[in-house]
Amino acid sequence: MPWFKRKSAGIKTASSARNEVPDGQWVKCPGCSETVNRRELEKQRMVCPKCDYHFKMSSTGYFELLFDGKYELFDTNLQALDPLEFTDRKAYTDRLEAARAKTGQMDAAQAAVGEMGGHPISISAMDFSFIGGSMGSVVGEIVARSIRRGYERGMPVMVITQSGGARMMEGALSLMQMAKTSAHLTKLSEAGLPFFVLLTNPTTGGVTASFAMLGDVHIAEPGALIAFAGPRVIRETMGQDLPEGFQTSEFLKEGGFVDLIIDRRTLREEVIHLLDLLMEKDSTKTKTKRKPKKQKA
Amino acid sequence: MQQKKKAHLLDFERPLFELEEKLEEMRLIRNEEEGEDLASSISALEERVSDLRTSIYQNLTRWQRVLIARHPDRPYSLDHIEALTEGFVELHGDRLFGDDPAIVGGFAKFKGSRYGSKDQTVMILGHQKGRDTMSRKYRRFGMPNPEGYRKAIRLMKMAARFGKPIITLLDTPGAFPGQEAEERGQAQAIAMNLFEMARLPVPIIVVVIGEGASGGALGIGVGDRMLMLENAWYSVISPENCSAILWRSWDYKEEAARALKLTAPDLISLGIVDEVIGEPMGGAHRDPDVTFEGVGRAIASNLTELQKLSTEDLLTARINNFDSMGAFKEA
Repeated sequence: MPWFKRKSAGIKTASSARNEVPDGQWVKCPGCSETVNRRELEKQRMVCPKCDYHFKMSSTGYFELLFDGKYELFDTNLQALDPLEFTDRKAYTDRLEAARAKTGQMDAAQAAVGEMGGHPISISAMDFSFIGGSMGSVVGEIVARSIRRGYERGMPVMVITQSGGARMMEGALSLMQMAKTSAHLTKLSEAGLPFFVLLTNPTTGGVTASFAMLGDVHIAEPGALIAFAGPRVIRETMGQDLPEGFQTSEFLKEGGFVDLIIDRRTLREEVIHLLDLLMEKDSTKTKTKRKPKKQKA
Repeated sequence: MQQKKKAHLLDFERPLFELEEKLEEMRLIRNEEEGEDLASSISALEERVSDLRTSIYQNLTRWQRVLIARHPDRPYSLDHIEALTEGFVELHGDRLFGDDPAIVGGFAKFKGSRYGSKDQTVMILGHQKGRDTMSRKYRRFGMPNPEGYRKAIRLMKMAARFGKPIITLLDTPGAFPGQEAEERGQAQAIAMNLFEMARLPVPIIVVVIGEGASGGALGIGVGDRMLMLENAWYSVISPENCSAILWRSWDYKEEAARALKLTAPDLISLGIVDEVIGEPMGGAHRDPDVTFEGVGRAIASNLTELQKLSTEDLLTARINNFDSMGAFKEA
């Protein structure tokens, strides 16, 4: 008889739990392998104080970072169904349940309205920790409604992308979310309102091939992976070896697909500056003083 | 109906073809010998062939439909264009980088009067696959590069300027996943097409004629009507890639095909496809003329309906249609 017994077989850590900031007071930075104090990291907006590596941040984290203070959440009651009754090694409904328990959210995106530097703005943000930030019907609907809120109320719109792409478990319905969100963006464009995209690590697949690449201004966080077909897909299907830095924010900026690369610690003031420029109501009144671009290090 | 023997047999069709061959042999013998007692065994065999054919083709699994959609003899975009139109002028290039042979398109006269409406000039375009090793490579297996999508939208915008309706034919295993495609902005090219197609002020009819894989298909697939051939497939990912990601193995493509609900009848029930176009038994390649007839009639009737709408109503309906797609509840 064994001295101790394993209660269940196999490793239980979900694959989606990798690449996330582990609990505990000390965190090892994937950028520089140094150990960073969690409190310090949080103070730095989840950016490594030693090497500027941008850890993943949640949608709530971005709302807290960007809005002037209070903001109103919308559509928190949207709930995914299982239209395909999809099962792979695991049932989709079980995956959803696990993701909800893990994140405390209903799905992989949240939408809010608030002000930035006094400018009303409609923002939606994705969460990689919820099934890889994948876009199914709920994420598509949240993003689409957030865009609609913009053109119906005359506000600029921003979306913060963090996604592996369209969600396989909802099949073609996920694919159609690309068309849905893009269709709503035509209305925003007609209304003459700006659309900002903040591309964070990673943004790939159907999300990149729809609203993430339809911004008036594309802002990327440093070092983010931004792609249609990710490096693993290209390597496996084409057998191509890829150059270093391929598909990073910096690479996309050089290629002409990203306007600005902005450190998260100065993101809020940079976006407010853009809003000041584009949404001027009274040109004599400046809303915020723009601090010189200096990174706390 | 006598089946012409095909060089390309799908595995699940083999028993049927073996039986058909046997029947053929017996018929030859009868012709030579005029044997009376053969007649009854021939008619029995005929019945067996007919039963087997029905049982195979009326109970196709989703994976078997994927195989039919990929059949090397299946009619491709240029075959449809040749059958449905006259005077096709293929136009080339995106005016930015180059021409992509994986997407073909141009103006042509749609032979509407043959299908119950009227002849009219249309912009018709689609993914194009090759038939042999050389042309497959040339067409990149129907996997477009960014310049393909940019050519497509250039042609569609031109059509809109001249008030010509647009017909797009979807048949791709996906957008090309290569380094250069990424460098030239594959995602941006597809995204821009989704945006522009959502507001083009002319009717757009989308027909899935073969494979509809993911954003690579949707990149020319936003329109007012979505028609789909009976054995075509359309989903967010191919069964093989879905298997590789979710099962972490290439061996679960049949399970993945089942799970993805990617057939035409599936997409009708998901509210994505408007109309399924029937195929001859065994697939579109068994009788291409019957296939083209069905496609032509479906395009003609939908075009007639759409051309009754004002531009404003057309665009509102298009956006509302996509807006309604999705399955969720408000708890």
